[in-house]
Amino acid sequence: MNSRQQLPRFPLFIAVVALLLVGISLIVHRHWVYEVPLMHGETQTIWSVEASVEFHANGDAVKVSMARPQDQNGYTILKEAGASPGYGLNFIDDHHPRAEWTVRAADGAQALFYRAEVLVSQQNQGGSEPLAPPLRQVSWPEPYATAVNSALSRAYKTSADNFSLARELLKQFSRANPDQDVQLLKTHYGQQLPQLMVDMLQKARVPATLVYALPLQDGRRRQSLIPLLRVWQQQGSDVFQLPSEQSLTVLNDADVELLMWENQGAPLLDVTGGENSRLRFSMLRREESTYANIAENISSQHDFLNFSIHSLPIEEQAMFKTILLMPVGALIVCILRILVGIRTSGTFMPVLIALAFIQTSLVTGLVGFLLVVSAGLFIRSYLSRLNLLLVARITAVIISVIMIIGVFSVLSYKIGLTEGLKITFFPMIILSWTIERMSILWEEEGGREVMIQGGGSLLTAVLAYWAMSDPWIRHLTFNFIGVQFVVLALVLVIGSYTGYRVLELHRFRMMANKL
Amino acid sequence: MLVFPWQLKRSGILGMNRRNTRYISRYNPRHLYPLVDNKLKTKLLAQQAGIASPGLIGVVRSQHDVTQLAQKLEGVEGFAIKPAKGSGGKGILVLTQQSDGFAKNSGQLLSLNELQRHTSNILAGLYSLGGTPDIAIIEELIEFDPQLARYSFEGVPDIRVIVCRGYPVMAMMRLSTRRSDGKANLHQGAVGVGLDIATGRPLKAVQQGMPVSHHPDTGCSIAELQLPDWSELLRQAARCYDVTGLGYLGTDMVLDKRTGPMLLELNARPGLAIQVANGCGLLPRLQRIDRLSEADVALPANERVARSQQWFGLT
Repeated sequence: MNSRQQLPRFPLFIAVVALLLVGISLIVHRHWVYEVPLMHGETQTIWSVEASVEFHANGDAVKVSMARPQDQNGYTILKEAGASPGYGLNFIDDHHPRAEWTVRAADGAQALFYRAEVLVSQQNQGGSEPLAPPLRQVSWPEPYATAVNSALSRAYKTSADNFSLARELLKQFSRANPDQDVQLLKTHYGQQLPQLMVDMLQKARVPATLVYALPLQDGRRRQSLIPLLRVWQQQGSDVFQLPSEQSLTVLNDADVELLMWENQGAPLLDVTGGENSRLRFSMLRREESTYANIAENISSQHDFLNFSIHSLPIEEQAMFKTILLMPVGALIVCILRILVGIRTSGTFMPVLIALAFIQTSLVTGLVGFLLVVSAGLFIRSYLSRLNLLLVARITAVIISVIMIIGVFSVLSYKIGLTEGLKITFFPMIILSWTIERMSILWEEEGGREVMIQGGGSLLTAVLAYWAMSDPWIRHLTFNFIGVQFVVLALVLVIGSYTGYRVLELHRFRMMANKL
Repeated sequence: MLVFPWQLKRSGILGMNRRNTRYISRYNPRHLYPLVDNKLKTKLLAQQAGIASPGLIGVVRSQHDVTQLAQKLEGVEGFAIKPAKGSGGKGILVLTQQSDGFAKNSGQLLSLNELQRHTSNILAGLYSLGGTPDIAIIEELIEFDPQLARYSFEGVPDIRVIVCRGYPVMAMMRLSTRRSDGKANLHQGAVGVGLDIATGRPLKAVQQGMPVSHHPDTGCSIAELQLPDWSELLRQAARCYDVTGLGYLGTDMVLDKRTGPMLLELNARPGLAIQVANGCGLLPRLQRIDRLSEADVALPANERVARSQQWFGLT
């Protein structure tokens, strides 16, 4: 070989070795110094939950009081902190734990943050039992009073105690075709239905109140709390789900656990001196070593070598958790295209589809993807007869994709498949380009090539999905920034591979020299 | 079924990865690609250098020109209209002028209106790479040898020569078939005939990877195929390197009855199927070219062709 061929390989070799060294030493450093375990599993789960209060201050003194979660069944609050420039912040720990921000004068848009580290631990058997609220007198105008009375009396007849009364009452409201009086109440109260439930129980002299829980879902941002119904009976109390449509999808998912945010019917958020207040939550799941001193770990976050994603606010961290997974998906694409020789439509489209699969779960995602793409191809075949210019044509495809997704969501909801709603997680622009590319491919090379490339893309997406949803890989990529360097080194090595692709071993099989 | 990589290595098969890194990205500077991705540029470049190519009747650059198509075509008997940036034979119409319109090879008639719409589509980028706006080229028809016409179904039988650093390395003829729908792409079912670099005689023919001995539609025996002006064809192909500066080039040539070998188009990313048609790997030949000095590469085209014929000839 001549020198021209030798020359570029040497710097590549140095780069690969340097990247591997940096990557591995970062991983080892994090493992030894911060005791972050390499294996996933020998850990405790910690949820970082961030509540952000946004409101518009009027220019006067402002007092913001927000309910705080407390130790409860399965969860221990490790550490709480607030970020609120210019505000005085107090955590009040009497019977209703609250966070109070105060300032003498504030004007314009304000954002206050509260952050809690919540440890998942089975030992904790919960704090003190919340006290029952005093019973109130409630009345309704006609014809609602009659409707309330008849619903209550039906529930009363078929129940034995407070809990079963609550259950019977809720059953009437969650039934698919409720009685006429219940239907009347549902239509009239709409969003206020949870409060109506409480009032009806109070009317039946059952102590009840609304409490709020946060569904813990890794990496979610801008979430809101879900109202639940707490009912007391003698010494104890129990929590019931309300028949509310928005919370249905979350509560049906068995994997989602609930953190009780406000436990006994105190107001969630109280803002004096401001208006248009809004409470939003982001959260993140983290695995920490069982042996590491967690409190110390958190306080040493500003040290330079611990230059990690974990020093960012939770909302950004949640975003990075997904972003840091993408190199793994891209690595899978490199392997499949360069080493195996699979053809995909659009180089990294499969990674984006795989990201959507993570949100939707695999089977739902595959079915949804096939439905949307085939319906899109059908519409696109009509568009191609109109001889449109490229940009307009793709815009038309994007609009059709959005309509298809809309139609599928409504259809699946009507027939009771809440899974179908997840179809909205698909990146629509990417889907539109996929449809456009596949349709051109169909016209130019025929259906066979579409099947090859479409199949290749889906296969790549599924493999990338498996890699990216693997708990160990998720643990490594998020906790060890060094992994990124190792992945980069691997990509460089793969990029300089000049040998045969696996599929070429098939393509040129007739030419093999078997000696 | 798979074979072991070393079995392919022993046959000297060039794989996609090696082709991309060792040949295309090493010998083909990116800034030269537009020369071959635009057929009009290629054509003008070739004409300046004295490489024959189908005569240019006219160019349609704007929607305004489309209305003047009839004047441009006045008195022209037969012509081909094609997109400058098209690939894989897309958007090419071969037409002969009749009293009542334009006739395709298959006998189908096109009105002037339909021809104008086709031309507008070319301008809008319907057939170009990436859908970018394009121009339409109108060329004189090739009159290929009736001897060769027997070996083709509807299309033009063209000859692909791989030229590495100015040396012709491997050649094949592509015969369109009914299965390939008149197109000359091997993966669409055209027949690939490996040609001996020394003589231009057929070595082997394959269709979709399977050996064939006769053209599947016309029934002509491929062994009897004889190409005139072989050395001249190779010389023209080799000169394309001097003209473009691209060191790994696929040249598509045709044989015209009157003018001999002509350049149809150039390809900066030629495919690997030529190895199957030749029953022979590219790698040993390319490695021989790799070892050549700059002085060897600067030799005149006919000397390079003579050396190639001596090195790579099989008969």
